[in-house]
Amino acid sequence: MSTDYKYVPEPALVKGDHTFGSITDIIAKTPLSPTPKLWYLAFGISNLLLITLLGAVGYLIWEGIGIWGLNNPAGWGWAIINFVWWVGIGHAGTLISAILFLFRQGWRTAINRFAEAMTIFAVMCAGFFPAIHVGPIWVIYWVFPVPNSMAIWPNFSSPLLWDVFAVSTYFTVSLLFWYVGLVPDFATLRDKAKSKVAKISYGIAALGWTGSFRNWWNYEKAYMILAGLATPLVLSVHTIVSFDFAVSMIPGWHSTIFPPYFVAGAIYSGFAMVLTLMIIARKIYGLEDIMNIDIREKMNLVMMVTGNLVAFAYLCEGFIAWYSGYIYEQGIFWLYATGPYAWGFYILMFCNVVTPQFLWSRKIRRNVALTFVISIIVNIGMWFERFMIAVASLATDFMPSNWDYFSPTFWDIITYIGTFGLFFTFFLLFLRYLPMVAIAEVKGVMPQADPHNYDDETKEFVKPKAEPAVVDQQTV
Amino acid sequence: MTKITWDNVALMSKNTADRLGVEAAGLGVANVDVLAITVNGTTVEIPAWVQPGHADDSITITVGYGREGVGKVANGTGVDTYPLRSTSAMLYATDVQVENTGKKYEIACTQDHNSMEGRSLLRHATLQEYRDNPDFSTYDSAYNAELPGEAYAGEQGQDRPLSIFDAIDEADYPDYEPQWGMTIDLNSCIGCGTCTIACQAENNIPVIGKREVSNGREMHWIRTDRYFEGDVDDPKALHQPVPCMHCELAPCEQVCPVAATTHSDDGMNQMTYNRCIGTRYCANNCPYKVRRFNFFNYTKEFLTTGSDPEVVQMAMNPEVTVRFRGVMEKCTFCVQRVNRAKINKKIETDGESLKPDDGSVETACQQACPADAIYFGDLTDPDSKVTQTKKNNRNYLLLEELNTRPRTSYLAKLRNPNPKLA
Repeated sequence: MSTDYKYVPEPALVKGDHTFGSITDIIAKTPLSPTPKLWYLAFGISNLLLITLLGAVGYLIWEGIGIWGLNNPAGWGWAIINFVWWVGIGHAGTLISAILFLFRQGWRTAINRFAEAMTIFAVMCAGFFPAIHVGPIWVIYWVFPVPNSMAIWPNFSSPLLWDVFAVSTYFTVSLLFWYVGLVPDFATLRDKAKSKVAKISYGIAALGWTGSFRNWWNYEKAYMILAGLATPLVLSVHTIVSFDFAVSMIPGWHSTIFPPYFVAGAIYSGFAMVLTLMIIARKIYGLEDIMNIDIREKMNLVMMVTGNLVAFAYLCEGFIAWYSGYIYEQGIFWLYATGPYAWGFYILMFCNVVTPQFLWSRKIRRNVALTFVISIIVNIGMWFERFMIAVASLATDFMPSNWDYFSPTFWDIITYIGTFGLFFTFFLLFLRYLPMVAIAEVKGVMPQADPHNYDDETKEFVKPKAEPAVVDQQTV
Repeated sequence: MTKITWDNVALMSKNTADRLGVEAAGLGVANVDVLAITVNGTTVEIPAWVQPGHADDSITITVGYGREGVGKVANGTGVDTYPLRSTSAMLYATDVQVENTGKKYEIACTQDHNSMEGRSLLRHATLQEYRDNPDFSTYDSAYNAELPGEAYAGEQGQDRPLSIFDAIDEADYPDYEPQWGMTIDLNSCIGCGTCTIACQAENNIPVIGKREVSNGREMHWIRTDRYFEGDVDDPKALHQPVPCMHCELAPCEQVCPVAATTHSDDGMNQMTYNRCIGTRYCANNCPYKVRRFNFFNYTKEFLTTGSDPEVVQMAMNPEVTVRFRGVMEKCTFCVQRVNRAKINKKIETDGESLKPDDGSVETACQQACPADAIYFGDLTDPDSKVTQTKKNNRNYLLLEELNTRPRTSYLAKLRNPNPKLA
């Protein structure tokens, strides 16, 4: 038997001929150079959408929830769909930055900053919807357990209240995690900045970072602790969001499979959104060496796995509906496939069951254009998944006499589109003023980071050339 | 019977509609074909409506719609069909030309689906079937399956999942008296909808207009469901009034984030309008879908606009709160009448009793029902009518398998068809 094994090194995570200095340069270049014209154009469009959103919300508060297409069986519509959709998108960021960090996945460094920023802005868009979808918004603070003159607590058995805690905790931890990761990079920008304003602002944000051993020591510990804190949140937030549905008794909602199924779906859509944004940004900002093809393939693999998990969950739901013998559950599944919303069901099946199967092919996984298209299809599919759950289940529930058809109005649509304005306004500000890749972390996964096993000539990580020196204690 | 609001239509059977190329409305289809009907050279355009059970080759139209200048409730609703009705043919005309104009018209219908889809919501039997199986209306008979939770209840030493109705004489009865309940006798119900209108008048329910009804936002606290069963040409029509069930284990109460809907001591599920923040989660989680949401400031519009708002304002019931935009509302079991009776009893008895005599509290729907199909009263009074009706073997609970334990129950419908006619 031959024992002729060959050492096959992992492909380098950063492509091209880079030194630590050149990495700092290509990343720090964007925040420190003058604003490109294209950015103003994109920012202008985002601002217009944001203004549209604020206008739509102003009209909503003035006029009432009736401007949306909601009706009596379907008390929740686009607002809740969009909420779940945006929260789901946010999940990729936390998964990449926290869970992949704990699993020592070096490739995460290329996209973690980017994905975390996306998480924060997506959660902002998400949190916006439950706040505006209520009746009298001026008393929305009643959902918080604050002491009040009515001497009444919120109802702790309501999943909506759990949502309030889950989403606000998630937002806080994500923001802290993101900021802690940014501190060393703020210091880099502070040191490189030419203008006084930039020096002072980055300097304040850098919290007096000197790059000393003690700084790094504290930083690594803080980062590890926050990663540990954020890890359960990846699973808990969407679990609790799914409880909004699973804890109620509506057929198509009341299902124990919802928590894992929602979390898988969230990661699926989140990775798709990161891919969509990354494919554009890396081109414009010349970061192809860092956000390279191997990284994208790995992301595609995550999408394939979670996409198939979601598809499996659909299968399970169908099986359980049949196996349970529960006529209302069976009824709703029959209605999904043949009822008034069947068109939505088939869009969903195509986007979430058929599409991930393309990713079995390595060629497709490594094709930029196809990856981009698939990432967009996935996000459309995940939106329709929430549509089918929220609207189709509600509109055709227990008593056929109540069944009604939900159609969105102009205001539903404009509010949804408007949140893209909110998202991209913040996202563009992030691209413009902050380092979009974690400079310090990327360096950590380059071959140069290992001073003992780095070969200057081949620029590669090599096996130890010599046995470690053993110092004989007695001779010293 | 049609569940159409605001408009009049030309009713016809499925076969006639097929011949005229008219499509039936349904879930998601509110726009119907408009027909041009010509009698003696006079043409009227009127929307067509497929009515199961209608006689073939004939069309029914109603008069009295399409009036002008009578205020906001009648303007622009329906078609004036009097031109078709001449003194020579007061009730029916035979020489009629009908043409499908190809135009579409939106009809505000409050029930889009006619079939029960095999769900045993409205239980009924013939007299013979009832004699053969007097317990036909139980869950076990209706579905030929054991009620979920029955096995568990057996292990706990009960006949069935615990319910207040089984414990009329037992010690585990709630200590507060009275406890309110309602029974609706489907055998008596004729499906006229008077209960809905009585409730609307009693409880200051705003009229919201055709636009909002088409959006599916009708505000009625009690509705009459109508199902068709059997052959589309000769169906059985079944009627079922559905108010809030005042569930003992109310799904709405558990999901409200601010505890705006809660239970009263006397067993009523109550809405606190001032506490409601309008998440609509309660309405979503209500399996009976009896909760109504103020999508707009309907009350303000109803009370301040139109040709004579002061008359409308004077028609309001001063004992019932009007509801603001963005809050949920629903049947209260006419809590204002209940509390009035409790106060009166307390005064009469010098504070000794809060239990009004049986029959001294009538809900608006009960009072107005021409067939006396609705019973309401105190379940802790073993002699009250409502307690007696709940002991009837036709008594059943709507969606009993969900274990919401409704306080409102139904008496199943019986038919006695004449075999020579059937």
